[in-house]
Amino acid sequence: MTAAAPVLAVNATMRRARRARRGVKIRIIGPLVVIGLIIVGAIAIPIAYDFDPMHADLLARLTPPGSVMSDGSTALLGTDQIGSNLFAQIMAGARVSLLVGVATLAISGLVGVALGLLAGHFGGWIDATLMRIADIQLAFPSILLAILIASVLGQGVGNIIIVLSISNWVVFARVARSQVLSLKNREYVEAARTLGAGNWHLMIRTLLPGCMAPVIVVATTQFAQVILTEASLSFLGVGVPLGTPSLGSTIFNGTQYLSTAWWISTFPGVVLVILMLAFGILGDALRDKFDPTLRSA
Amino acid sequence: MTTTQTGPLDPSTSTSGTPLLSVQDLTVEFSTAAGVARALDGVSFEVSAGETLAILGESGCGKSTTAQAIMALLPKPAGAITSGKILYGGRDLAAEPVSKVREVCGTEIAMIFQDPLSSLNPVFRVGAQVAEPFRRRRGMGRRDAWARALDLLKRVGIPDAETRINDYPHQFSGGQRQRIMIAMALALDPKLLIADEPTTALDVTVQKQVMNLLADLQAETGMAMVLISHDLGVVAEVAKRAAIMYAGRIVETGPIRDMYDHPAHPYTSGLLESIPSQSSVGGRLKPIVGSPPNLLDLPSGCAFNPRCPFATDRCRDLAPTLRTPEGWSEGHQAACHLSEEMLAHV
Amino acid sequence: MSSAGTTPLLRVKHLKVAYPVRSSLLQRKIGENVAVDDVTFDIHPGETVGLVGESGSGKSTVARAVIGLVKSDSGEIEFEGKDITRFSPRQLKPVRREMQMVFQDPYASLNPRLTVRDLIAEAWRVHSDVVPRDRWTAEVKELMARVGLNPDYSDRYPHQFSGGQRQRIGIARALALRPKLIICDEPVSALDVSVQAQVLNLLDDLQDDLGLAYLFISHDLSVVEHLCDRVLVLHHGVVAEEGSAREVFDHPRDDYTRALLAAVPVARPWMKSSS
Repeated sequence: MTAAAPVLAVNATMRRARRARRGVKIRIIGPLVVIGLIIVGAIAIPIAYDFDPMHADLLARLTPPGSVMSDGSTALLGTDQIGSNLFAQIMAGARVSLLVGVATLAISGLVGVALGLLAGHFGGWIDATLMRIADIQLAFPSILLAILIASVLGQGVGNIIIVLSISNWVVFARVARSQVLSLKNREYVEAARTLGAGNWHLMIRTLLPGCMAPVIVVATTQFAQVILTEASLSFLGVGVPLGTPSLGSTIFNGTQYLSTAWWISTFPGVVLVILMLAFGILGDALRDKFDPTLRSA
Repeated sequence: MTTTQTGPLDPSTSTSGTPLLSVQDLTVEFSTAAGVARALDGVSFEVSAGETLAILGESGCGKSTTAQAIMALLPKPAGAITSGKILYGGRDLAAEPVSKVREVCGTEIAMIFQDPLSSLNPVFRVGAQVAEPFRRRRGMGRRDAWARALDLLKRVGIPDAETRINDYPHQFSGGQRQRIMIAMALALDPKLLIADEPTTALDVTVQKQVMNLLADLQAETGMAMVLISHDLGVVAEVAKRAAIMYAGRIVETGPIRDMYDHPAHPYTSGLLESIPSQSSVGGRLKPIVGSPPNLLDLPSGCAFNPRCPFATDRCRDLAPTLRTPEGWSEGHQAACHLSEEMLAHV
Repeated sequence: MSSAGTTPLLRVKHLKVAYPVRSSLLQRKIGENVAVDDVTFDIHPGETVGLVGESGSGKSTVARAVIGLVKSDSGEIEFEGKDITRFSPRQLKPVRREMQMVFQDPYASLNPRLTVRDLIAEAWRVHSDVVPRDRWTAEVKELMARVGLNPDYSDRYPHQFSGGQRQRIGIARALALRPKLIICDEPVSALDVSVQAQVLNLLDDLQDDLGLAYLFISHDLSVVEHLCDRVLVLHHGVVAEEGSAREVFDHPRDDYTRALLAAVPVARPWMKSSS
């Protein structure tokens, strides 16, 4: 430092830069907290309330939020048309949504990234074939595709996961493939080739780690899409079977009572929006955070 | 030094003693995730009309940051001028809002950059880009502006300029693209041209051509030039004076022949000795140990002391200021406590 | 130090590499872009051969053809007497143990997601019979010390090192398989001037200690003059001049070579005697 150590005059611009950096952190931690709470709720609440989707308590049906039940407990969000506690039902529905989301992402992610790696690394006819299949599939509106497959396979949580995985692998394949294409001529990939690395080593150990950042970002935004699609399918009646609660089916069940018992459709809708917002903001923030690394990598 | 005046000042008529551009005690800081980095620390230099100053140094020394600070091109919001003055034409560019500075830049002060491929817009024809300053700043019509652009392209030596004026940047070679950039920079007859590593990305034979072009244009127009480079040899024939920067400070400055023949700072002499040359063939080179410092964690005292073969405790405690050491000619300054003892020449 | 009597380590004979120019719609070959044309040279054990040229001269292409990253169109490449020109990647694998490469860009040539240890040990992961797994960490530290890096830093990532240090990591990686020949593709061009000399000295020392041969590619004539025993000057893919370093630099016969030498920036041009 110079002989007379000056007081560092912190500029307004410096403060702005610091605030921008802090903003990214909040946008990551905030949504993670919200999602965490919902996960905890989805696991714990239905158990706490001893929730049984088949149990009908017709005397208690359509009670508004906050009303006191016959056994003295308070129905926080009211009850639905067969008397089930709405809060427990929503949380049970969230359980299904999260389960479907995670399973779909795992399957479509694995398949998509693997195919994208193959297409990007080998190029040629493998790339052309896979990408044409992807293009054809993307040309179909995903809901219609889902309805088609669902009507063939029938209802069931497992089938929904299959349906949604088939719709979603394309996005992962594309992201992985484009990342591989941009990385495969980097010097460090050439260096691995010079060492004598074979195709397996190149794809898994050299190219795949470079793909992870954008894949994670895409995964978070896809999560929101998957949850919404599952809810839409259930709303339309081609999703979860009768008896399995789902945010979508609960919303559907409440449509006939919108003017009288508005809470049946509204509250699951609110939870759905919160979940989607949380994943969307998280995905955006992760992309902002990883961007600098992506640029330099 | 400079005289502060109100109203427009014509710097080209400055007589000896009034420099065209005077940078005084300029300090620039960058806010990063790891802390505040001081990219420039009290940098001062002057450029007079018609002369060429070379600013030399390695990566991270602050030479590009200096050019960016003058042209109000510091990346926002991370970078900011925290103190000091940039005096041009009686105005302090450091104190003025960016919009006012941008009026001066592009008209009176022009800049060319290192990589002409990324500095030229790939989707516009070359003629349109060279004509742009005439259309925007001088309000010329399209035909007149393109005619002037054609003149400029011929002047910078683009062959078949009449046909090539309609080509796109990617259809030219690297050296030609740099000439086009020079044409754009010269469009409005600037008084000062700042060239930030203009030849670094070019082949050696092309480097020579571009440097010769710059020297010819300077002789023709009488403009001043600031040449920023990491290559001591490339600027040696064109620049009269030089300033060597290290860790955001100027460590030596003076007439370039004097500096290279009788360096007064260990960094300068270290650099000169580490360059492979006729005398080193077959033997070992004499490198400078260590590597350029991290601006977030500068050594105490003189920033060069960890790498300096002569460093003493005094060097670690007290950062030296620029002064003319005894036995060196006036106008040649170095920031070292030990110039006389270690680098004295006959 | 060339050993003229011994068999050359590497023989390149009439090498030609051309890139096809294809029509845009049907991708039919309508011509070719010749990057390297009829290049011939030998490298003996322990010798340093320099390939000099400007951009587009084909020097990098020659390097990549020799190491097998690029396919050659005609000509022969012989390593230790074996013709490796048409070898498949699988056949090339054992040859890779003897021939390695140091790349130009210290920032792009190291995988940013691997630690230094993994980067250097990657060679042994690919060639499992060179160093047993339990010795990997120890050998990595030895290599790091040999190239002048602190062995305690073996668990750090590339972005935590400076440019010169990263280049040393690249050199350590090239040494991991104990090759006989190292192709250096502009190894110091992207480094600061004060650091270039350090890396050049290191390459010099390694050659003395390990008896390595180098194929040294560069556009910087002063560096080539300093380091190389023999020099080839490439111009548009063709060898413009060839000879010992002293011959080429002191008595250039070709006009292009002369123009190249005249254009080299010299720190103190006023000291140059009339050339």
